[in-house]
Amino acid sequence: MTRWKEHLPVILAGLVVGIASVVLVALGNPVNMGFCIACFLRDIAGGLGLHRAPIVQYIRPEIMGLVLGAMIMALAGKEFKVRGGSSPMTRFVLGFCVMAGALMFLGCPLRMVIRLGGGDGNAILGLVGFIAGIFVGTLFLKKGFSLKKSQPQAKVEGLLMPAVNVALLVLVIAAPAFIFFSAEGPGSMRAPIAAALAAGLVVGAIAQRTRLCMAGGIRDAIMLRDFHLLMGFVAIFVAVLVGNLIVGSMGIRGGFTPGFAGQAVAHTDGLWNFLGMVLVGLGSVLLGGCPLRQLILSGSGNSDSSVAVLGMVVGAAFCHNFGLASSTDGPSFAGKVAVILGLAVVCAIGGANVKKV
Amino acid sequence: MNQIDARGYSCPEPVLMTKRALEQGLPLIVLVDNETPLQNVRRFAVNNGYQVTWKAVGEDYELTIS
Repeated sequence: MTRWKEHLPVILAGLVVGIASVVLVALGNPVNMGFCIACFLRDIAGGLGLHRAPIVQYIRPEIMGLVLGAMIMALAGKEFKVRGGSSPMTRFVLGFCVMAGALMFLGCPLRMVIRLGGGDGNAILGLVGFIAGIFVGTLFLKKGFSLKKSQPQAKVEGLLMPAVNVALLVLVIAAPAFIFFSAEGPGSMRAPIAAALAAGLVVGAIAQRTRLCMAGGIRDAIMLRDFHLLMGFVAIFVAVLVGNLIVGSMGIRGGFTPGFAGQAVAHTDGLWNFLGMVLVGLGSVLLGGCPLRQLILSGSGNSDSSVAVLGMVVGAAFCHNFGLASSTDGPSFAGKVAVILGLAVVCAIGGANVKKV
Repeated sequence: MNQIDARGYSCPEPVLMTKRALEQGLPLIVLVDNETPLQNVRRFAVNNGYQVTWKAVGEDYELTIS
């Protein structure tokens, strides 16, 4: 009994994330993209003009909600502890590489689960790649991989990331002429700001509380036979699947449409869906958590995770400035080169930080 | 007394450090600096049949595994 009691919060958290995701799609987000940390950071990079791909530019309020919700929950639970200095440059590069992989696949691990729950068969290849990448990551961990200790830092170091998000929120609400709003494509599909922010706040708070993490779930299952976090992962899938079946039967935006071709914001190149997510899985394990978890930690005073998030934002801008990101037509040649290079860089970082134990 | 200082290490290193240190004998004292490794180390130890107690020590936590 006690064991179920311990698992219940993370399962409920997963269900809430899944439901919030279906609701955000019904309210206007791109299909199978109620939440996607990679896509939304990419949209924010575009909204700020860091890249000029006109279809993916919007300062997504979900992200601000996630960071600020995590901060509020961490403060309330007396868990807001400012730490940093654990290989920041390495974390920046890992974040960059994770983004290159995610934009090959077209989604972070969270969106991968959401795509699975929408019937997108291409995400199965992504999941297999993600698991493979995590498995390789656990080999590095077993060999003694470490990004070294973080240290306590001044409070302001931990508050800057939430402050940046408050500034972004002001920008998207005030909508001055110098920020970008997509007029068409995924960036133009958006739930109302208030709903997006509210969903982000709720999910940010519960993800902070329960430590929900896509990469952590599979990593712990492989390495420690601990299925605690994996239950949250499965709960998201179940909630999205059931939610999609319900909205589909009611004729609301979203729904469950099984298949490979013609899926929303996705392509059918199985090999590169697989390899993109290998890079995401491996990079996430070396970072200590998936993009969602990095974002939540960045709101909880962890400046190392903030640096990883910045690496993802810059990575997203590079991906769109240099044509590395996939489109619904499939991956680009430059994107394939970037993923191969990313895998080499991440493996080199892994090998260089292994210490005999 | 077998003791490790896992403060400052990111997930899942405190658990792996604990796993290795448990091979050196019991009881084991593990120092961590926030709630995440506290829960992770505790869950790991309980799942593997150990007894765990913990207490707050200033800003940090001290787990005793036996």
